[in-house]
Amino acid sequence: MSFIEFIKQPWHWSVAGVIIGLIVPLLLILGNKSFGISGNLRHVCAACFPGNVSFFKYDWKKEIWNLVFAGGIIIGGFIAAYFLRDPNQVAVAPALATSLAEKGITDYSNMVPTQIFNWDNLLTLKGLFFFVVGGFMVGFGTRYAGGCTSGHAISGLANLQWPSLVATIAFMVGGFISANLIVPFLLNL
Amino acid sequence: MSTVKSPSRATIKKSDIQTDFEVKSLDKKDSSANESNSLASNFKYLMAGILFGIVLVKSEVISWFRIQEMFKLQSFHMYGVIGTAVVVGAISVFLIKKLKIKTIHGEPITFSDKEFRKGQIFGGLIFGLGWAITGACPGPLFAQLGTGVTVVSITILSAIAGTWVYGKYRDKLPL
Repeated sequence: MSFIEFIKQPWHWSVAGVIIGLIVPLLLILGNKSFGISGNLRHVCAACFPGNVSFFKYDWKKEIWNLVFAGGIIIGGFIAAYFLRDPNQVAVAPALATSLAEKGITDYSNMVPTQIFNWDNLLTLKGLFFFVVGGFMVGFGTRYAGGCTSGHAISGLANLQWPSLVATIAFMVGGFISANLIVPFLLNL
Repeated sequence: MSTVKSPSRATIKKSDIQTDFEVKSLDKKDSSANESNSLASNFKYLMAGILFGIVLVKSEVISWFRIQEMFKLQSFHMYGVIGTAVVVGAISVFLIKKLKIKTIHGEPITFSDKEFRKGQIFGGLIFGLGWAITGACPGPLFAQLGTGVTVVSITILSAIAGTWVYGKYRDKLPL
């Protein structure tokens, strides 16, 4: 098996965990930067439409590094999808596959269910919830909480910040409620 | 008898309350923001982002299915990724503090403590509800877009709108 074939396989959680964990010291050592992606959503607001909102009046140019980092994530996603793609279907837990099949989700060719995440669904009720409402809650909630999975759950917990533990527990509680009670309902739309 | 009142909580303007610790240049102690903003100095962050993006895809963190499995307790995968990342990150932060490691530019590495705010609960719950629907938190949203799921651009734009609405009405929310 060649090296490229080897890394084309899905990576074990421990490999991903170690590399993601090392992003924390990497950004600190490269320039005293703290790992946190959702801040970029605020920087885009500050850069493009600050309005007359004091929350968006700051020198976003000092945070360009993070926007560049987010741009890198997009490029990384492209590289992984087009040059390191695993030709096999995405493996999921059998229990999930069973419950999704009942909702008509049967396509495992991509890591997002293409039967939901496509442009044809944009102007449907389903699209309204999965793209517009879901995205809005992610943007509103992360800023209200002061961080997302990277800012609170990873770099906050890595620095032993108990408010980040509170936030992480809230993320998980919200996720449990949503995945078990709300998403099954939305899939029926 | 003195009638001078101590400043009550109500006199503190909400716009002065710091709830967002992700914008390091707003932190007065921070000196790193003085670093030059040249293309060359930002290139290293581009490379770090590319690495992060590749990992997010190859380890299926961007998978909507993996997020459902996590919240339905059907797979250990996501707990393994996040748990390992926290442990590795914590050991790294401990060593940076202990050994007083500096940045590659020779500047001290600083950490700021986060204060507890109600928003961490309310906002955290709202984010969690959204996370299970989109199947992606902010980092994976960018990675999903990169993999060619272009409709995720709508999710990202909506997330930017959500952030804007939060900023606009922040003063009216319990912080």
